[in-house]
Amino acid sequence: MNKNNTSTTQTHTRRTFLTRFWLLLGLAALAELVWVAVSFVKPKKQKQTAATPSIITAGPVDSFDLGSVTAFPRGRFYLARLENGGFLALSRECTHLGCTVPWVEEENRFVCPCHASTFDIKGVVTNPPAPRPLDIFPVTIENDVVMVDVSEAVERKRFEVGQVVRGY
Amino acid sequence: MSSERPDIDHSNFLKRLWRSFTIAPLVPEDDRERKRTVLNTLVLHLHPPTVPMATIRYTHTWGLGGMGLVLFLLLASTGLLLMFTYEPAPGQAYGSILKLKGHFLFGKFVRNIHHWSANAFIVVALLHMLRVFFTGGHREPRQFNWILGLCLLLFVLFSNFTGYLLPWDQMAYWAITIMTSMLAYIPLAGNWLQEILRGGGEIGPATLVNFYTLHTTLLPILFVIFMPWHFWRVRKAGGVVLPKAEGGAGEDNPERVHTIPYLVVKEFAVALTLIAAIFLLSIFVNAPLQEMANPGMSPNPAKAPWYFLGFQELLMHFHPLFAVFVIPVLTGILMILLPYFRYGSDGIGTWFISKRGRRMAVISAAAAMIFTPGAVILDEYLIDLQKWLPGLPPEISNGLVPFVMLLAVVTGYYFYLKRKYESTKAEITQAVFIFLLTSFIVLTIIGVWFRGEGMKLVWPGG
Ligand code: HEM
Ligand code: FES
Repeated sequence: MNKNNTSTTQTHTRRTFLTRFWLLLGLAALAELVWVAVSFVKPKKQKQTAATPSIITAGPVDSFDLGSVTAFPRGRFYLARLENGGFLALSRECTHLGCTVPWVEEENRFVCPCHASTFDIKGVVTNPPAPRPLDIFPVTIENDVVMVDVSEAVERKRFEVGQVVRGY
Repeated sequence: MSSERPDIDHSNFLKRLWRSFTIAPLVPEDDRERKRTVLNTLVLHLHPPTVPMATIRYTHTWGLGGMGLVLFLLLASTGLLLMFTYEPAPGQAYGSILKLKGHFLFGKFVRNIHHWSANAFIVVALLHMLRVFFTGGHREPRQFNWILGLCLLLFVLFSNFTGYLLPWDQMAYWAITIMTSMLAYIPLAGNWLQEILRGGGEIGPATLVNFYTLHTTLLPILFVIFMPWHFWRVRKAGGVVLPKAEGGAGEDNPERVHTIPYLVVKEFAVALTLIAAIFLLSIFVNAPLQEMANPGMSPNPAKAPWYFLGFQELLMHFHPLFAVFVIPVLTGILMILLPYFRYGSDGIGTWFISKRGRRMAVISAAAAMIFTPGAVILDEYLIDLQKWLPGLPPEISNGLVPFVMLLAVVTGYYFYLKRKYESTKAEITQAVFIFLLTSFIVLTIIGVWFRGEGMKLVWPGG
């Protein structure tokens, strides 16, 4: 009786062990499968030669009126000239979900056609849902000519005076 | 003549070919066996030999589940044809659709059938879900089939989404942009998911191939696995849900009729009517195709297809962390848990549970029809939480705060109902469900008709 009992528990544990073992192997196989699948869809990491600078020459400082916004489709940005004469190069991509925001002259603001976010001339959110101001591109002014480096957009949490570039 | 052997079949070859194809190799001897052979057809792999009489009334299920199957078959067959002409590359996709419309015999017609079946699939799956819910078909012992149904609904929505990306027109391009940008707001896994789905940092050829594969291979396979599973669970539960006792013939002791012909005839009637309706629609109304994708300019207004406009409206009122992640995930969890609350069995199989259930349902729908437009208008013209709560990050001021307000309204409504009506758990759950459902329908209506240029509120046509 006693002997019998131990033998059943023994086969029992052996069976449980084997079942678990198979289960483990199965899970390992599944994990590998998923891994392979993911590596198939994952983009091939073609390391872009770190941020190749691509400078766009926007034009002479004086060609931009105070308080005006000029679109540069080629560089995917707007050049905004504030009332104080300073420049901001604003990304045209909405910070909400990536739609292209048009500048609406009559309302003096950007209005996103997707979920009605609005931004003022500095790119600051005046109506949500956009969670942060429009991204900016670095602006430099050399010999009174405005140039914008469009290689990488810079995210910002809020507007700061330091973001505005002035010629003189 | 007398030499003709009775054991040799003297009919001509074609007849014998046909017979070998249609008749079981062993022709049964007696009536009983012959009946068995007839019953042993494909139909009875799906259905039991007899079904409760009460379940085959049209008004019990409206045939909606069966319509889903018919639409799936229509979509699979037209989809197969479309695959022969479609080219999944950003440079070619749009042109291949134009070519399909212009140069192929019935090309437009096939595309229209695919389009309208897909739209109808959404309507049918949603109505079917509501039918199940309002007749208590999700309650014990059918809880798990509700979950399978939710999976199917997800597949229907995702199939539609991946489908309308393929023409690479303006709607396609901006829908992909918005959808893949939404992924970035999912905590932890968001950026990873986004990169996988886009096939890189930016939207391009790899993105289209990903969506094409999902649409034409992965999702159909999932349907083919989940639909039979879903049907099998219906059969395992003893057929569709029935009232406990309806003139003595309730769930426990129903009066039964033969599946063939009584149920099958009705199923064919529904299927043929549906197919006729889809074909008629496809003859007269063309599937839309916008201008070719232009990454430089979003259409204004940029609207999703009608079935996502309720969701798009939600995006306008909540920080994306909540609109994209918190609210959908919570909704999903609630939908999964819905059949597992302990309801008891009263009112099962009866539309809207009871008289009181019906009254609470109507009141809830009316309440939502007042509350939701009110809230949208207030948020549009009055409420500006970001300005009122300066210094708070937008996740809080435009996300958590309005979300908690919404939660308070729903909870308040729940307790109001609880105090006002001495109702059962099933009735009160149904009422809250209807409140949320109606709100979503109202949001969809606002999105479809009351949003104009710049997504501002407008009067339709005005
Ligand atoms: C691809 C979409 C779907 C198809 C083809 C489908 C098909 C069916 C069919 C043929 C039935 C038998 C009864 C009837 O015709 O109404 C059924 C029952 C059922 N379905 Fe679906 N269905 C789909 C989606 C859903 C969804 C979205 C849900 C809910 C989340 C759901 C939940 C159920 C449940 C719980 C039952 C059993 C109800 C009862 O016994 O009364 N199904 N389905
Ligand atoms: S993408 Fe601009 S508001 Fe949503």
